[in-house]
Amino acid sequence: MRLHAPTFGLYQGTSFKQPFSSMPSILSISGVSKTYATGFTALKEVNLDIQRGEIFALLGPNGAGKTTLISIVCGIVNRSSGTVTVDGHDINKDYRAARSLIGLVPQELTIDAFESVWATVNYSRGLFGKPANPAFVEKVLRDLSLWDKKDAKAITLSGGMKRRLMIAKALSHEPRILFLDEPTAGVDVELRQDMWAMVRRLRDDGVTIILTTHYIEEAEAMADRVGVINRGEIILVENKAELMRKLGRKRLVLELRNPLTAIPEAFSHYALELSPDGGQLTYTYDNQAERPGVASLIRDLEAGGIQFRDIDTQNSSLEEIFVNLVRREP
Amino acid sequence: MNPRAAMNLHAVWAIYRMEMARAFRTVLQSIVSPVISTSLYFVVFGSAIGSRITEIDGISYGAFIVPGLIMLSLLTQSISNASFAIYFPKFVGSIYELLSAPVSYLEIVIAYVGGAATKSIILGLIILATASLFVPLTILHPFWMLAFLVLTAVTFSLFGFIIGIWAKSFEQLQLVPLLIITPLTFLGGSFYSINMLPEVWRTVTLFNPVVYLISGFRWSFYGKSDVSVGVSLGMTVVFLLVCITIVAWIFRTGYRLRN
Repeated sequence: MRLHAPTFGLYQGTSFKQPFSSMPSILSISGVSKTYATGFTALKEVNLDIQRGEIFALLGPNGAGKTTLISIVCGIVNRSSGTVTVDGHDINKDYRAARSLIGLVPQELTIDAFESVWATVNYSRGLFGKPANPAFVEKVLRDLSLWDKKDAKAITLSGGMKRRLMIAKALSHEPRILFLDEPTAGVDVELRQDMWAMVRRLRDDGVTIILTTHYIEEAEAMADRVGVINRGEIILVENKAELMRKLGRKRLVLELRNPLTAIPEAFSHYALELSPDGGQLTYTYDNQAERPGVASLIRDLEAGGIQFRDIDTQNSSLEEIFVNLVRREP
Repeated sequence: MNPRAAMNLHAVWAIYRMEMARAFRTVLQSIVSPVISTSLYFVVFGSAIGSRITEIDGISYGAFIVPGLIMLSLLTQSISNASFAIYFPKFVGSIYELLSAPVSYLEIVIAYVGGAATKSIILGLIILATASLFVPLTILHPFWMLAFLVLTAVTFSLFGFIIGIWAKSFEQLQLVPLLIITPLTFLGGSFYSINMLPEVWRTVTLFNPVVYLISGFRWSFYGKSDVSVGVSLGMTVVFLLVCITIVAWIFRTGYRLRN
């Protein structure tokens, strides 16, 4: 998997270890809040900077504010307060310049069903102010394996093809930033792989990608950085390397033969957790460390006379980390 | 697009072309069906009633109803074209693309209203051509005929655009054309001269804005009108300005477009 070192394109030689720090951010969101007319507050004082050329994954449960945030940046929803600039252009004062740089693939498959693939993609290009360029549109359609379907009406396409058509529309005006809102929701494995490959190609060409997802493996496979949003607040922004470190954690769960009332003092250095009923001991350890200490724990338990009737190991997934983060919020 | 360009003409053209393509795709619904219904009006009104009312203001009844019939189609088609054009993307969700594009409100209105008005003007001319097969026509003031045609098409396309943005359901979309526009057109002197009405009803009818449109349009054909041409023109322009004001307000506030 080649994620961090593009071999061609605008950002050749960029190292992930120094993640784009010398470059100004391409998207800057500061103090953005949104309260809908119903009184529902979807975003609270969101601050986020997206670096040029990165793939940023925005994770969050349903209703967390992901789509609202994207919709504000793209001009679909008005914000209540705060500022957003796209490559230095204010999204209100200089909306033409800002929006010209952005391509959006929304979550829902919303296409004019009766238009042909060719017409609808060319329409999108024109809408974004670009002169007709049949050769470029052809390339986009070929890249997305839609060329054979160029004369087909959108209504006749399969779900996966409709999704690709949405992407083709978003790419038709050569955007520098691409928003993918839940790009692989309901998409089969093969298409998902194709999409990931396409996203990487775009990244290699210097396009900044911001994707929202609740498929954790998607963030894991694709992103340079990950942000977690919950109840309208960004609660975490981290680079993936850090996240992988968290992913590397494992848990050993021991079902005890005889419940304990407390963890014996002799085991304090293992930082064990005892279930409320005293019947289960959990040991969390780092499986990337040289000596995870599982063997010594088991030996020590036997020596201490603590018997167990079952043993189980669990990977602490990003999903769990994510769920825990989200739950921890008041 | 050059970000500093005064207008995103590519976008205007893209939307306009898409709207026109829709008309040609649904040619049966857009063109053929109004032509058939107009022909039926001639058969029913022209022949059946025309045999009893031979002429009005010195014009044969068949010829007298032509401007009213064109206006009837022009109003309903302008409204339905424009309201559907903007309501449909709202309904299916594809409006996101329009809202996220570097297009100004003015460009959106020019493109959608331009498309809807063009379609209804073409339709009006087709009905005119169809009518000429049934009755002998004279057009005394071709310039004003075209001016009324264009002005009315643009005004009611704008009105349709407003309805399309206001409507939250297909039912609401049909509500205004069915309950307001069609009755007003039928009662606005399409098939009779309002001078034929009793005094009370004549006065009531003068509150119907469609009367002025039909009267002015008929004047451009035969030089005869129920109300003065200046008033007709003035009323049409006033309604146009009202629609422009409402559209400007919609876009300034994002009413039912941007949350």
